[in-house]
Amino acid sequence: MLYRTAGQFKTSYNADQALFPVKQDAFLLGIILILAWVVFPLTASEFTFQTLLIPILIYALAAMGLNILTGFAGQLSLGTGAFMGVGAYACYKMVTLFPWMNPIVAILLSGVFSAGIGVAFGIPSLRIKGFYLAIATLAAQFFLVWLFEKWAWLYNYNASGAIQVPNLEMFGMFITGPQAASVTEYYIVLFVVSLLTLLCINLTRGNLGRTWKATRDMDIAAELIGINLMKSKLTAFAVSSYVVGVSGALYVFMWKGAAEPNVFDIPLSFQVLFIAIIGGLGSIMGNYLGAILIVGLPVVLNVIAGTQVFEMSGISAILAIALAAAVGFLFWVARNGWGIGAVIGFVVLTLIYGYAQTQGFRIDSALIEHINVMIIGALIIFFLIIEPHGLNQLWRLIREKLIIWPFPH
Amino acid sequence: MLNDIFIAPFSDMISAPDFLMQVLWEGLVSGILYALIALGFVLIFRSSRIFNFAQGIMVVFAALTLVGLFAMGIPAWISVGLTLGVMFVLAVAIERVVLRPLVGQPDIILFMATIGITLFLIGFGETIFGGENKVMITEELGIPTGDTVLEPFGGLLILQHLDITVVVVATLLVLALLAFLNYTQMGRAIRALGDDHQAALSVGISLQTIWVLVWFIAGIIALVTGIAWGARAGVSFALEVIAYKALPVLMLGGLESITGAIVGGLMIGILEKLFEIYWGQPLLGGNTETWFAFVLALIVLLFRPQGLFGERIIERV
Repeated sequence: MLYRTAGQFKTSYNADQALFPVKQDAFLLGIILILAWVVFPLTASEFTFQTLLIPILIYALAAMGLNILTGFAGQLSLGTGAFMGVGAYACYKMVTLFPWMNPIVAILLSGVFSAGIGVAFGIPSLRIKGFYLAIATLAAQFFLVWLFEKWAWLYNYNASGAIQVPNLEMFGMFITGPQAASVTEYYIVLFVVSLLTLLCINLTRGNLGRTWKATRDMDIAAELIGINLMKSKLTAFAVSSYVVGVSGALYVFMWKGAAEPNVFDIPLSFQVLFIAIIGGLGSIMGNYLGAILIVGLPVVLNVIAGTQVFEMSGISAILAIALAAAVGFLFWVARNGWGIGAVIGFVVLTLIYGYAQTQGFRIDSALIEHINVMIIGALIIFFLIIEPHGLNQLWRLIREKLIIWPFPH
Repeated sequence: MLNDIFIAPFSDMISAPDFLMQVLWEGLVSGILYALIALGFVLIFRSSRIFNFAQGIMVVFAALTLVGLFAMGIPAWISVGLTLGVMFVLAVAIERVVLRPLVGQPDIILFMATIGITLFLIGFGETIFGGENKVMITEELGIPTGDTVLEPFGGLLILQHLDITVVVVATLLVLALLAFLNYTQMGRAIRALGDDHQAALSVGISLQTIWVLVWFIAGIIALVTGIAWGARAGVSFALEVIAYKALPVLMLGGLESITGAIVGGLMIGILEKLFEIYWGQPLLGGNTETWFAFVLALIVLLFRPQGLFGERIIERV
């Protein structure tokens, strides 16, 4: 009813190949774009910009890069963090060597360097497959991070060994560095991310994307029908590393402000991999959903724990219940009673915890940190069991249900 | 430059053979520990095709549980027994909660699930036992601590008694494991499952039992490794770096091969030490151990994509 696609006829090839052939999809996307471009920037607080909006976009971009390689071309990579680092260091070197360079151009160009290095480390993929390749990409991960530490030229020989983002101007206002406003940074991130998302959607549904998918599904068969595997795999590495590199540049220039080599260590790679897998391999939208979950979850957990933002447990209890209800609704629509039990458990725990808090019970912050790690691990397993194909698949199921609703078939 | 790379390191080795022997010995000891971690991993991979990323964390978790239980005032040897019990419960829980619902999913999903287990174990261990660095209860377990000084070629060679114990215990463990796999019914069932899932199921081998068993054996190996490594470096989750060290070992030896895990572990342990001492520190600024093993394995893999001892990859369309 709400999502009826019947009657939307396509009368030309152009209409058939449109980016969003279903009207409702385009409508929803429009709402999301208005939210992202107008509503959020007008209403968000400094805290929301720095802990949710900007990191979610940057992580989503990084996951999209990884997803092109792993989800679309089928080459498992564990070196994402290091390639983000390459982008960040390349951007840093460019803006310090050529101070006249437009920072946005520098950010977009920095991906070129990581693409080059990505191709170099992608060459073994022609011979090595599956988990062997995954471990081989760890070679890139450890080697590059070691290089960031030892090659002093990269961080301009400064004593701390970290890269510090300089204050850079564009149109008379600071857009990077400590003096830049969060809104400006947010808009730049949003612009770059939107641009690259559009690029990725079109690449993955075009000729190149189809060769990637053929390579992923069975590389020998792909080779037999005339796909050049070397070209397919190496372009996947190049495009993927480009996107990941740009996200790395954004990560340091628009969000962190400074970075030591160990920032790009393996936990970052895994975080991005979580986002890509929980969001759904082989999808573009899934990266955003995954990023919202993985970046947002610790923030929400901290809010619930009441240590960083709110001191009132009432608000955090309501927030937790609303979140749990939303998640529970998704599971109910998509699957079975599985999710409901978990959600009820979550709500009960939160209520108990909220009650304990009003009685003056406090957990120290180190313990909360440990519990958060534990909860995130448990949730990853939980999500994999509920829907191994990720949040994107959940959305697809919901959408199908909405299309036929209120009829059962 | 060429002299520094190709000649100077070797002349250093020849001119100070006692130091070379010391380096080789240290490499051998850490190589054995890598091999042990890789061994637990290979067992799980063979019987279930699960790339168990959590193996390294199980090492830390086992060590942490042991130290934590001892700190609660339980005698050392009873703590060891209890830790084994914990590892068994862990194996059952992982099989019931994580693996059973995920049977038949793509490899990468199961791999992700083991990363989830890794995070969960880190958080769980730190919540219960605290995140600070702890000291392994070496003396209480009766592990000798002194050292023996030999004087070959008129130089010095220091052998820690702890390291000697590690080498002996690890060798015994590997032999026991091989005997178990080759001469007992359970062990044969594990190998059968590794060869062909369906055929094994059809002759009445229980998948669930074997998986619990295999994860439990991996837990025992983890405990031994944890004690050995914890005695050298202290017990904390910083030890998880050794989890990553097991990966190039697997790559080098092949994911399915027990021989490969042992040979690969020893090779990487010794070669990375040699490289660090004779090439890494003088030429590259040191700390090359983080990546050397990976690059070495990568180069080997270019020539043998299935590792030195792995099963030949046969692909059909």
